Parts: sequence; C-alpha cells; structure tokens
Amino acid sequence: MNEPNAITDSELHAYVDKQLDPVRRSEVEAYIKVHPETAALVKDYQLLNRSIQNLYAYELGEDLPEQVVQVKPSQKPKKNKLLKIAASLAWLTAGGLIGLSANPVQLILNQTIDGQVANLVQPASFAHAIYSTEVLHPVEVSASEEEHLIKWLSKRLHTDIKAPDLSKNNYQLIGGRLLPSTNRMAAQFMYQRSDGNRITLYIRRGAWGTDKTRFLYSNRETANVLYWINGEMGYAMSGQVDEAELLSLSQEAYKQMG
Amino acid sequence: MSSIEQDIVSYIPRLQRYARALFQGNSAAADDLVQDSLERALSRSHQWQKGTNLRAWLFTIMHNVYVNQIRRVGNGPDFVEFAEETDESTKDTTAANMELGDLQQAIAKLTPEQREILLLVSLEGLPYQQVADTLGIPVGTVMSKLSRTRKHLRKLMHTDANASHLRRVK
Repeated sequence: MNEPNAITDSELHAYVDKQLDPVRRSEVEAYIKVHPETAALVKDYQLLNRSIQNLYAYELGEDLPEQVVQVKPSQKPKKNKLLKIAASLAWLTAGGLIGLSANPVQLILNQTIDGQVANLVQPASFAHAIYSTEVLHPVEVSASEEEHLIKWLSKRLHTDIKAPDLSKNNYQLIGGRLLPSTNRMAAQFMYQRSDGNRITLYIRRGAWGTDKTRFLYSNRETANVLYWINGEMGYAMSGQVDEAELLSLSQEAYKQMG
Repeated sequence: MSSIEQDIVSYIPRLQRYARALFQGNSAAADDLVQDSLERALSRSHQWQKGTNLRAWLFTIMHNVYVNQIRRVGNGPDFVEFAEETDESTKDTTAANMELGDLQQAIAKLTPEQREILLLVSLEGLPYQQVADTLGIPVGTVMSKLSRTRKHLRKLMHTDANASHLRRVK
C-alpha cells in the first residue's frame, strides 16, 4: 500500500547507511515495524554492510610509527620511498616492530583476510572459539606433559615447534592439541590467565605467497586475532583481549619462536 | 614534512584498504594504485585547498588513477552488467546466508563503477554526495546503481543458501 509518507528506495538506503536525518529516520523505523518485507530488506542490507566491513576489517592505532612520519620532507616523491612508506604501513617488519617495543607500538593494522592467509586466520579463530570455551577437554595433552606435547606436535607438523613461555604476560600454558587444517595439520597451544581468560596460539605450515614476517590484526566475530608469517610457518594468536595485549603476547611469542 | 604531506601519509592505510578492496586480493595491483595515487597527491598537494575535505580529494585522485589503470590494462576478468532485478527475486524468506569468501567473489564480479560505489558507501562510509563528487557522476546515479548492486548481492545472499541446500541433498 502506498501511504502518504511512503518511504522511497533511496531513503531506505540512506537509513541503512545512517545518512538519513533524525526525523525521517524515526519515520522509517515506524514504517518497517509494520512492514516485515521492508524490515527484512533493511536487515539484509545492514548485514551486507557489516559483512563488507568484516571482509576488509582494518583498524588503526592512534598514531603513526616514527619511521613513517620521518620521511624526508619536500623531496620529490620517489617511487621506492613511497613504496616503503606504504609497505611499512601495510606490514610492519619484525625488525620495525621489535624496534618499537621500547615505546609501545602505535600502529596496528587489521588487514584484508584474503588468499592463503584466510587458511590461517579463519581456522585459528574458529579453533579458538571451539576449544577455549571447553570446560572438560580444552586441550588434548596438558602442560604437565609439555615435553611429550612438543615432541608429538613437532613430529606431526614436520618441523620443530615449541610452546612459547608467556608467563611474563601472566598467561600459563595449559596444553595443546593437533588439529586438521586445509590440506595440513595445525597445532594449537592454549594459555590461561589467573582469571580464567584463555588465549590460543595456532601454528601451521602453508604456502603463504610471502615469507615476510608480518604482524597483522583482525577482529573476528569470535576473537581478536593477531597473526604473522615467518617463512613457511604461519602463527595466529587469538583471544578475547584487546589488540595491545594481543600484540605484546605475539611479540613475546615471536621473540621466543623466531 | 609539511603538515599536508603528513596528513596525506596518515590516510595511506585507508587508501590501501580501499585499493585492496577494489582489486580483490591482487595486492600488487592495489599497491601500485596506492603508490601512483600518493605520487600524484604529493606532487599536487599545493593544489589542495585548505578547508576542503582532504579525504574526498584523495579518494578522487585515487579514483582517477584507478580508472586510468583499468583503462590501460583492460578490465581483467569479464564484468557482467547484471540484468535489472525484479522485486520477485528478493521476496523469498530463506535466511540470508553468504560466506565472506562468496561475498568477496561477488564483489569481484561487479563492474568497476558498481564496486567503487558500493565500497565508498559501505566500507568507507562516505556521504552519497561525496561519492558522487569523487566519481564525477550525479548523486542520482550513485543511488540507482547502489540500489541495483545491493539488490543483486541480496539475491545472491539468498540463492546461496538454496544452492548449498541443494548440494547437500545431492
């Protein structure tokens, strides 16, 4: 039915995109309350917006790291230099990151999860969601048998891995497990804080298309994930903790694991 | 570094995200786009007028570079201008269900212009008028194309649920 105050298609989009003035907005809200079909449409468009934002999830810290801001002034921009600026923003190299650790890293990027990296971040956050909430069997082999756990996981992943000691960050290893991952095996270590909060470190081998060590941040529905690539190995630290803490945990793990 | 240059640098991550979204995983092409856009922006930073929106100015530059780039190398994969959707297609009540990967593919299949409109609105949250200014098209065109693109993606959101259901039955 066309009511006198019928909502136009453009207004629906403006509503979804939060670009509608307050008066019209409340009218649209009243309208969709009694028009379930339009409500469903709006809901889908909102979901679409959220999905697009998740797809390119991305977050910035407050400030830019020193080396980015200190690019030489007034010089005619050179291609290499610019590429370097862009690159240092896109993925802080391990050196840059560790180098900054004296004053806490100011920039964390939440990068597009595409290509091979999806095989790291998605299963890592999924495995985190499944096992970190498990009461009876959070791990397959407990930390009391750490030596056995490490030996076993190293054997199955065909590389020497170890469980970093994160006690400095107030997280104690509680154990780990072997997981199937796309075409591969993956290992998960789980750590717990005294208040019961758990974080997991997910490790797997992969053809990442890069051998750069990158520290990238993604906030997933189930957990925040900070991940990096080192050669063939991909690492993802997941947890319900903020990015600063996640970064400090990842740096510690990186320092110990190389 | 002058303050305008610093401001430009501070937008790099935003530009980079947008470029990566435009190129859908082709990060080399995306980095090229960012770099070329930055070069252009820095070399013309004196042209930017204080008090006007720097972000909009940068996105406009990026759009122009992007259009030149795709004109030069061709569109790559085929872009199919989708047929006008009827409202019938979106009346089904199947729960919307679309994997992010499928969404990414669907976005990759949009025409460059559809994709730019969608991303500037949904990802960058630009006001419609700014999107129109950035792309150099009337705001009415932004609205009608946005509407068609969303209708199209919404249809995929629903048919996807059906498709996976069908696969399961087989």
